[in-house]
Amino acid sequence: MKQFLSFVKKEFYHVFRDSKTLLILFGIPIVLIVLFGFAVTNEIKDAKIVICDYAKDIATQNIIQKLEAGNQFKISNNLMSHTDIENAFKAENIKLAIIFPAHFNEDLLHLNKAQVQIIADASDPNTANTLTNYVTVIIMDYQKELIKNKSNPYTISPEIRMLYNPELKGATNFVPGIMALVLLLVCVLMTAVSIVREKETGTMEVLLVSPISPFLVIISKAIPYLFLSLINLAVILLLSVFLLEIPVNGSIWLLIAESALLIICALSLGLLISNITQSQQSAMLISLMGMLVPTLLFTGFMFPIENMPVPLQIISNIFPSKWYYIIVKSIMIKGLGISAIWKETFILFGTTFFLLFVSLKTFNNRLS
Amino acid sequence: MRTLKLLLRKEFKQIFRNKALLPLIFVVPIVQLLILPLAADYEVKNINISIVDHDHSTCSQQLISKITASGYFQLADYGASFNQAFKQIEKDKSDLILEIPEHFENNLLRENSDKLFIAVNAINGVKAGLGGAYLNQIITSFNNDIRVKWSQQPRFSPIPQIEVTSSNWFNKFMNYRFFMVPGILVVLVTMVCAYMCALNIVKEKEVGTIEQINVTPIKKYQFILAKIIPFWLIGMFIFSVGLFIVARLIFGIMPVGSIFLLYAYLSIYLIALLGLGLLISTFAETQQQAMSIAFFFIMIFMLMSGLFTSIDSMPTWAYYIAKCIPVTYFIEVVRMIILKGSGFTDIKYHFLIMIGFTILLNGLAIWNYKKTS
Repeated sequence: MKQFLSFVKKEFYHVFRDSKTLLILFGIPIVLIVLFGFAVTNEIKDAKIVICDYAKDIATQNIIQKLEAGNQFKISNNLMSHTDIENAFKAENIKLAIIFPAHFNEDLLHLNKAQVQIIADASDPNTANTLTNYVTVIIMDYQKELIKNKSNPYTISPEIRMLYNPELKGATNFVPGIMALVLLLVCVLMTAVSIVREKETGTMEVLLVSPISPFLVIISKAIPYLFLSLINLAVILLLSVFLLEIPVNGSIWLLIAESALLIICALSLGLLISNITQSQQSAMLISLMGMLVPTLLFTGFMFPIENMPVPLQIISNIFPSKWYYIIVKSIMIKGLGISAIWKETFILFGTTFFLLFVSLKTFNNRLS
Repeated sequence: MRTLKLLLRKEFKQIFRNKALLPLIFVVPIVQLLILPLAADYEVKNINISIVDHDHSTCSQQLISKITASGYFQLADYGASFNQAFKQIEKDKSDLILEIPEHFENNLLRENSDKLFIAVNAINGVKAGLGGAYLNQIITSFNNDIRVKWSQQPRFSPIPQIEVTSSNWFNKFMNYRFFMVPGILVVLVTMVCAYMCALNIVKEKEVGTIEQINVTPIKKYQFILAKIIPFWLIGMFIFSVGLFIVARLIFGIMPVGSIFLLYAYLSIYLIALLGLGLLISTFAETQQQAMSIAFFFIMIFMLMSGLFTSIDSMPTWAYYIAKCIPVTYFIEVVRMIILKGSGFTDIKYHFLIMIGFTILLNGLAIWNYKKTS
């Protein structure tokens, strides 16, 4: 036991000596929370649009005023031909053009029908879609005002209630995802690299011939990162509660227990990677190229999993972060207990045991 | 010149000798480029709805069939009570609940108005907002239908109507993959080149071979060129495979603009990027350090560069950070040339800025490198 503790101490020395890496390790969750909390939003604000108003009458003025009222658009007023618009799309950052033909108001009042043309830069289809919708809604709104005086029989008024997240904050969705991402990546990457480094520099041999069992050597490698991950978890939770104002609705102990489970799972994965690679470079590339982007996508917090083609939906089940994400959402935001998430917890347990088993099987205590 | 040639030969041998690394450099990015665009789909569809119908009238049945026929919603559950439906939300089996109150049809007919209750799972704010808006649209249109039917008004009432026609340029079929594939290609090339370059020099430091090189008559610029050129070529190669094989053959993306212009920009971008890799490697002493620093930057690049979300929508401070990231410009240029066919005059400022990055990053790297060795 004493030997084991001294090994753990050695690993802690390794970690704390490297202040640059340590800084980054603690910086990552903070930067991610700030970015996702404030900068990376799916909402559309300040989109640059051009209005070509050939009518310049009271109706178009009213509509333009309505468009200017929100913070979605940055409007420039400019009479452009179709070729001009095409060139503007190509050169500048214009997302949408709205064209009011001449005699707009006259047509509207006398013929009861007027036309508006919207041209969207659909190279980004989602923005194009959303902006077109915004503009259409605003124009329809104006039309409704015109006929407001008429009585409306048989009115259905829907009452919408937003559960869990009444202000529709993006962060509510992202915080659980960031927790999954940070815990998984930090653990997998750091354990894998720190073990392979011993192989690469040749110190692994020294460790393996020491009187302590090789299994404990590996465990002692994982303990500092377990410790660091728990601190990271605390930092993320504190930031999300105090900075983003997203409270933990369920049991905090359950949340910590589930997080510990994910951390152990990630540590086993790191161990497995370190077993099958010989150089730090390949260990890093496997953990980063193979883990970062897929984890970002298949966890489900950036893109909804149910939109993916079926084979990818099946693949997404492999990633432990997906299950952890569901668990965190249930505990933290919905405030549910273990009875609602026992299935996901069970899957995480299973994955962890499987990874541990395989990595211990492949662990070779003889160096070639 | 001969020294450079010899150094280059050494670098290439070291890269191609490492059999574990090769598939990671060449195969993984291509596989990711194949899979990721299929996964990155923002479109909100398949919203699961639970309906609690306390009325069971013709009117409520018509509303329900109108909702399910719209294509946006899938009926997940048709329950008897709100609590039962709420359980479905807790289990993530459904995204929103529509509750039709008792005597809905009667109230509409007698009192001219009634309410419907909608509860949306808003953890994902975007999906909730859109789902609620779609449902609202359907209810409004249903409302118009029954109004016409019950009041027997003439269908063409003399009310002013504004007809909105919209057209989508540059991507007529609104294919989201056309938008994502070029962006993801840029990020993958960036990741491979920045990591490999940063790790490569640090490895010489860590293993100690850099001292041997330092005592030879090899000049600094020769050493740095020999480190940059192989990864520059690898970057070009991966980009070409991604552009001509994956994007064109698999996703059917034909660049509208000039390929030459694209490659001109790519070659400058790669030099800037490799400069960043060099800079990281001058700061780091171990590969683990280099990797954590590179990871930190790449993560910020990926999230802030406008790959997933538009940078115009960011708050001002974030917008200016995004403007200081080289990847932002390259993603913009790639999308402009490939999708819109922008010409040189449209992106001349992008060129100037990228040249600025190239000089700045490489200058810093060389300056810092001299100091430390």
